[in-house]
Amino acid sequence: MEQTLELLSLSPPGWGANLLRGLAASIQIALGAFGFGLIIGFFGAMGKLYGSPWVRDLLEVYTTVVRAVPELVLILILYYVGTDILNNIAGAMGRGPVEINGIAAGIWVLGIVQGAYSTEILRGAIRAIPPGQTEAARAYGMSRALMARRVTIPAMTAFAIPGLANLWLIATKDTALLAVVGFSELTLETRQAAQTTRAYFTFFLAAGFLYLMVTLFSGVIFARIEKWARRGQPSHRGG
Amino acid sequence: MRAMLIPRRLIMLGLFAAFVVWCAVSMDWSWLPRYAPLALDGLWVTIWLLVVTIILGFMLAVPLGLAQAIGPWYLAAPARAFCTVIRGTPLLLQIWLLYYGLGSLFPQFPWIRESELWPYLRQAWPYAVLSLTLSYAGYEGEVMRGAFASVQKGQIEAARAFGMPRHKIFFRIWLPQAIRSALPTLGGETILQLKATPLVATITIVELYAVAGRVRQDTFIIYEPLLLLAAAYLVIAGIITLGFRWIEGRGPRMSR
Repeated sequence: MEQTLELLSLSPPGWGANLLRGLAASIQIALGAFGFGLIIGFFGAMGKLYGSPWVRDLLEVYTTVVRAVPELVLILILYYVGTDILNNIAGAMGRGPVEINGIAAGIWVLGIVQGAYSTEILRGAIRAIPPGQTEAARAYGMSRALMARRVTIPAMTAFAIPGLANLWLIATKDTALLAVVGFSELTLETRQAAQTTRAYFTFFLAAGFLYLMVTLFSGVIFARIEKWARRGQPSHRGG
Repeated sequence: MRAMLIPRRLIMLGLFAAFVVWCAVSMDWSWLPRYAPLALDGLWVTIWLLVVTIILGFMLAVPLGLAQAIGPWYLAAPARAFCTVIRGTPLLLQIWLLYYGLGSLFPQFPWIRESELWPYLRQAWPYAVLSLTLSYAGYEGEVMRGAFASVQKGQIEAARAFGMPRHKIFFRIWLPQAIRSALPTLGGETILQLKATPLVATITIVELYAVAGRVRQDTFIIYEPLLLLAAAYLVIAGIITLGFRWIEGRGPRMSR
């Protein structure tokens, strides 16, 4: 027991600080990817609902492919494509190969994966808005932007929150996949600590505990947000 | 099929076909003949893992869902905790915890090393099967909880009124209806399970994804194996979707 505490202590020889640094990186990547995914999802949902047939079909291909191909494969493809594009740009500007920031790369690859799921969630949420509400807004002569800001977005939030909460949990857990590509986040830090000390069980359990804390804490936060988003709506309890 | 025949989609299909031809002609496929047998083995391992872990996971998910839906608190609470932990931590971490963690604990006990199971415990696949099974059970336990709760009370009361014994009510009335109402979700979860299988490549199991990794390592060819891999997963996911749609189409329609 004492040995375990020593291994997990924050100052060397303990590895606690490394785990926490990894956790911080994981959360940063997850937040970035979730946000990037939301932006893609918003435009994706708009495109799927109101876009031209070409846009709709292309978005359909995007969401279908991302949802059928393993994240690990997508991460590798997007990572290599991203590196190639960056290097080509750098080459065209007469510079050498670029060093890629692990966190930025993680946000880029996971964000595109998240975007496909966000697109579907937001599209469903917008469609769940009772049509009378948007019709009323249009009847008042609201412009499209004003209608989006005052009616569509507030009204869809309540419908989108459960799906988005799930998506956020997927984002936090998908950051672990970046360990396979070699980005330094919680899972990779854990593995390195475990390999160095041979205390595999201790460290993987500790990392699992950290992930679980993030998950449970997120659950509480999202429950609050949902309650806030549903204010003024009749409660759904009991059914 | 009719939906594909409008001009816009024909143009898209044409562009896609052109892309495929471009890939076939201008990319490097010289590695393919050499790695084809390995890739087929990998495909087999992937499908085997998928089928075995789904069956085992589902058998575990039924009691987990049942315990949460109607169990007494001392069964419901552990089932709930299990599902929360499985769903709250990354699968990759679970796989590594079992493989490296248990794998490094077991040799310390002589009675395990001398047991009949030891030749299996030294290999990677039992850990892969176990972790994927537990993961599927964790997610499906939640699905089945909702499915059991959604079966209408009147159905079970009617069965009881007919004098059916409890296990017969369960296997003839309750379980089939719960599975039927869970089918669409189960289809999606099965594709998620397919997408989880590449993770076991990290514990030295040579499945489909690992083959692509090996090609990349040996020949430094990056995009070709990954593209082929993505196409293979698309095809398998498509087959799963069609399969579930076929199963859903059989039997009576659910009244909502």
